[in-house]
Amino acid sequence: MTVTERQQLSYIAAQAADARVNLEIETEGMTLNIGPQHPATHGTLRIVAKLDGEQVVAAEPVMGYMHRGYEKLAEVRTYPQVTTLINRIDWLGSFANEVPFILAAERLMEVEAPPRAQWIRTVLFELSRIANITLFLGDMAVQVGAITPVFFAFRDREHVLNQIEAATGGRFHPNFDRIGGLKDDLPAGWVAETRQAMRKIRAFCDEIEELVEGNEIFQARTRGIGVIPPDVGLSYGLTGANIRASGVDWDVRRDSPCGLVHDQVDWKVWTHPDGDSFARFWVRLQETREATKIVDQLLDGIPSGPIMAKVPVIIKVPAGEAYVETENPLGVMGYYVVSKGDLNPFRVKIRSASFSNVSITPWLLRGVYVPDIITILGSLYFILGDIDR
Amino acid sequence: MSRLSSTDTVEAGADADAAKSGAVEAEALLARLSDALGDGLVESHTDQGAVWVRVERDAWADLARFLSDEEGFGFFSFLSAIDWMPSPFGRDMDSFVDNALDPPEPKEPAPTETGVAGGDTRFQLLARVNDVTSGRSIIAKADLPADDLRAPSWVPVYPGADWHEREAWEMFGIDFDGHPGLRHIYLPGEFEGHPLRKDYPLLARRVKPWPGLVDVELMPETDDGGDATEGAAP
Repeated sequence: MTVTERQQLSYIAAQAADARVNLEIETEGMTLNIGPQHPATHGTLRIVAKLDGEQVVAAEPVMGYMHRGYEKLAEVRTYPQVTTLINRIDWLGSFANEVPFILAAERLMEVEAPPRAQWIRTVLFELSRIANITLFLGDMAVQVGAITPVFFAFRDREHVLNQIEAATGGRFHPNFDRIGGLKDDLPAGWVAETRQAMRKIRAFCDEIEELVEGNEIFQARTRGIGVIPPDVGLSYGLTGANIRASGVDWDVRRDSPCGLVHDQVDWKVWTHPDGDSFARFWVRLQETREATKIVDQLLDGIPSGPIMAKVPVIIKVPAGEAYVETENPLGVMGYYVVSKGDLNPFRVKIRSASFSNVSITPWLLRGVYVPDIITILGSLYFILGDIDR
Repeated sequence: MSRLSSTDTVEAGADADAAKSGAVEAEALLARLSDALGDGLVESHTDQGAVWVRVERDAWADLARFLSDEEGFGFFSFLSAIDWMPSPFGRDMDSFVDNALDPPEPKEPAPTETGVAGGDTRFQLLARVNDVTSGRSIIAKADLPADDLRAPSWVPVYPGADWHEREAWEMFGIDFDGHPGLRHIYLPGEFEGHPLRKDYPLLARRVKPWPGLVDVELMPETDDGGDATEGAAP
């Protein structure tokens, strides 16, 4: 985990930027308000940027337009009701939100889902990752002015959403995970159809690679832009592809798996040494492809057996505290659940990935140029529901 | 947690070994922590590889510096707080009757019980940091006296704590000494109260009865409205 020379240079350049302004060129500062409604924000994030000419001197995100208070609401709902709420945190990969909470409750209850449920859980978990990141891959091109890829993304994401809908009944909010297993078994023919969908997603990845990755304009707008050194990223709590793009080889799915069966299949954690916007795009592209391979292997090996463990009809979770985190599409998501042996949790702390990922923006946007704000925000890839909770 | 299959004994044995070495490592870490913090370390707890420590409030910043600089816990996961006071509203929130018009009888408050690694006060700080190279993590707690809700800030050590401390400040009313700018993060500037405190009522529930009261559908024989949760022990 060393800071490359190039990363150091760009860090120094960014630091020097605020000292330099107003000395070389006498320009008048202005405040630019970006958002709350902007396509790069996936919701309603507002950024107040202080500019000197074309350069950002200070940028401050303003949040709370979508704060729904899930931590408070969870305290007055029973455990099974909480999954309905937390589905809405990262709405593009909803199923993945349910998993860590259910695993935390299962750990407190000392229940383990049957193997079949664990495998199907992992398949759906990876499908939500694909559905989520597919949109990013198209969207990233929009941030630099290319419109077509996002239509491809919407078109091909549909294949995955159809599979999620066929299995769970919900396109965006499955609410399918249960303490002790899953609500239902897979429908007939689902496995073959999912395999076909994975082939289409791989074709989509190739398409994006040809259309976007090699594009000169795209490269010029993203390479060397928004560089995050690994130690800085870690101290800000960056996770997921954002930190792997800075060369940190850390993936919760591989390093501390709990309850999901990623350790049963053969896959690779992708990293990139550069830490710039391009690296974040590149890592996500590789991860989408890797996720299709994980799904394919998992589909081969789904064991037979029951879909639910024996759990009481009325779920009372024994007193205790548990923290469970998983590698969600946007980064590491965890729930700290405090139970007092009641029907409802006593306290739920939601550690959402985007909140920490975006907290680096005041540091990262300092010294960049105005058009790069959008590509940097796009490459950090956050969902407002995941910031505001 | 019990393993379902008994066939893979080798793997189970390897798991046990891993758990054992994890426990040894956790003990070593706790010993180093107690050397570094002295009386600052109040209590600790380990369970399934997870490590909890509870420190004195004055040792809160030292803990962060020690973990970050000496132990390599470079990754900041989250910082928040817990209000251990039992909710004065209890499950009255889940009421068919309109609480605003027909307030329930005030009840004797339940005794305060704290959780893992103990606690003496109503408010407790809660934070977690990781070491991503070795996969270790630690959950830290610190008691805060109710009449002086302040703690040293972690921002100088972990810049990512900035927004988390702003959230804890607005949701629990905890001041952080040395924070660069405590201001509202989610709530509008003129907002009064600290919503995640247990004595802050969930107003939506107070003004409109909750329609989704029942935890499970009532059984036919209990259609007189009796509490379906009675007698159905888990």
